[in-house]
Amino acid sequence: MPEATGVLVLGEGIAGRLTSTTAEMLTAGHQLAAAMDEPLGCGLVGYQLEAAAEEAMHCGADKVYTVDDPLVAEYQVELYLAALTQICRTAAPRVLLMARTQSGRDLAPRLAARLGVPLAQDCLEVTVDIPSKSLLATRPVYGGNAMARVRSTATPQFATVRPKVYPPAVADPQRRGEVIAVPVALDPAMVKTRVLEVVKEETAGIRLEDAKIVVAGGRGLGGPEGFQPLEQLAKALGAGIGASRAAVDSGWVPYSWQIGLTGKTITPDLYITVGISGASQHIAGCSGAKCIVAINKDRDANIFRYARYGIVGDWQKILSVLIEAAHEFRQSADTP
Amino acid sequence: MALQIIVTAKQVIDPEIPKSAFKIDVATKRVVVPPSFPPVVNGFDEHAVEAALRIKDSQEAKVTVVAIGKTFALEIMRKLLAMGADELVLVQDPAIEETIDSRVASHILAAAIKKIGAFDLILCGRQASDWDNAQVPLLLTEALGLPCVTIAKRIEVRDGAVRVERVIPEGQEVVEAPLPALVTVSNELGLPRYPTMRAIMAANRKRPTLWKLSDLGIDPADLQPSLHLVDLFVPVSDRQCEFIEGGDERQIAQQLFQKLREARLI
Repeated sequence: MPEATGVLVLGEGIAGRLTSTTAEMLTAGHQLAAAMDEPLGCGLVGYQLEAAAEEAMHCGADKVYTVDDPLVAEYQVELYLAALTQICRTAAPRVLLMARTQSGRDLAPRLAARLGVPLAQDCLEVTVDIPSKSLLATRPVYGGNAMARVRSTATPQFATVRPKVYPPAVADPQRRGEVIAVPVALDPAMVKTRVLEVVKEETAGIRLEDAKIVVAGGRGLGGPEGFQPLEQLAKALGAGIGASRAAVDSGWVPYSWQIGLTGKTITPDLYITVGISGASQHIAGCSGAKCIVAINKDRDANIFRYARYGIVGDWQKILSVLIEAAHEFRQSADTP
Repeated sequence: MALQIIVTAKQVIDPEIPKSAFKIDVATKRVVVPPSFPPVVNGFDEHAVEAALRIKDSQEAKVTVVAIGKTFALEIMRKLLAMGADELVLVQDPAIEETIDSRVASHILAAAIKKIGAFDLILCGRQASDWDNAQVPLLLTEALGLPCVTIAKRIEVRDGAVRVERVIPEGQEVVEAPLPALVTVSNELGLPRYPTMRAIMAANRKRPTLWKLSDLGIDPADLQPSLHLVDLFVPVSDRQCEFIEGGDERQIAQQLFQKLREARLI
């Protein structure tokens, strides 16, 4: 076994492009690799990966390890696991990073098991201690009530990092690197789980994850009808609309609206919450918002600890004035 | 043949305790909770038990719940029997330390599941509300060589396969895996049932099966974690909330709108 060295980012390429989350991981990976003065690698699994591999090199990867096979043209958990395990064995990194995306969440613990190492899951920060070159990973625990800093004594030191915490690496088209095709005997017989059907929910408005402004409601709205004025406000502001877990568990709005630890993570410039108490698991999904406005009738609600502006009062009256003001503002902006 | 379902459960600190009661002992790197807040069954594990019971509602099945820990509050864990689980297996041993390394827990659980015997389906909560690791189910999958489907909102078993409606960011998808399989369950399943008074009384008469690590052939020396807690701390929020007050709702809302415009947020 060669001595483990460097940082390996396990990335995702969709339709020939590197995902922006992968570019974020390359930023985190580059910081660690630079601190240790060791190379940065990127592992990619998919089909026809030339362009994505090129992009990974532009984003800082010295070496790109690929499993380029029509069998993995689409994500399939068992085949991806086999391919990723082989990439990690070939690259033999000191530090292994992956984004905690939908697929990363399923793949990383199983990959860790196959490599025989522990995993620091869903980290908000990864740093490296010099000269020991040990990875220090910080992650939220207890629903975001506490933070844990952890250190692994196995190799590779493996962490998944939460999306949208690191900025994506800026591509430099002049950068070059090396592409290494990793041979793996992928066998269709490895496939156990099959996707039979995908039902995409139509989102009437803007995708929550991409929205610059998000408005969301919670238990304090009292029922599904409370979301009607909220939708009007979202429309008037050009905002995405979400909800707390309490509201979705009550069946008032679809689960796809849920913001929080087990729902969506949002990073808008402005986040307006109405009737949301701010349980830690909700904060876990919105702590990246630049400015939080909280409207709640309970002055002691936890949400005010995170809010920039707070209003204690009758949300219905306040919303109707805000909707009116937003309409007027939009009209005056439209007529120069 | 009755369908054999095993559900994993964990006793955790009540995640709903108020912030003011949530304290960390820095020296031992542990959360300290006042005795007035009893532990609870991890919420997603109750969803997993509910998922098992819904299968049992429609076909012949036996539901065995398994949990591991240093100590248990029996009256808390019995709730799962009262909901309708047939058996409760508790692996209780002073050598089981709470650790952030999920490999330790999955090692013990895998041994306990093997001792329970043949199974068709393992259901787990998607994650535990203490470490939020979301790893034990996936490590179990690897240890037991099973296919795995995560974050289920609906589960159907038929013709030797499990069909799972699962939540994805864009909506949902339907995934099928052959039995035996492991499925993790999320709150999108819907609320777990409340036990009836009669079921609670009946559960109180049931005896859980109690095992020690030695019953599973596990040497505590093999349970050394390799992921170590360096620090455990409560993050401080540096945000200062400016309360907008004075005047009626109209004036307050207008002030807010003005401030947001000045900050170029709107």
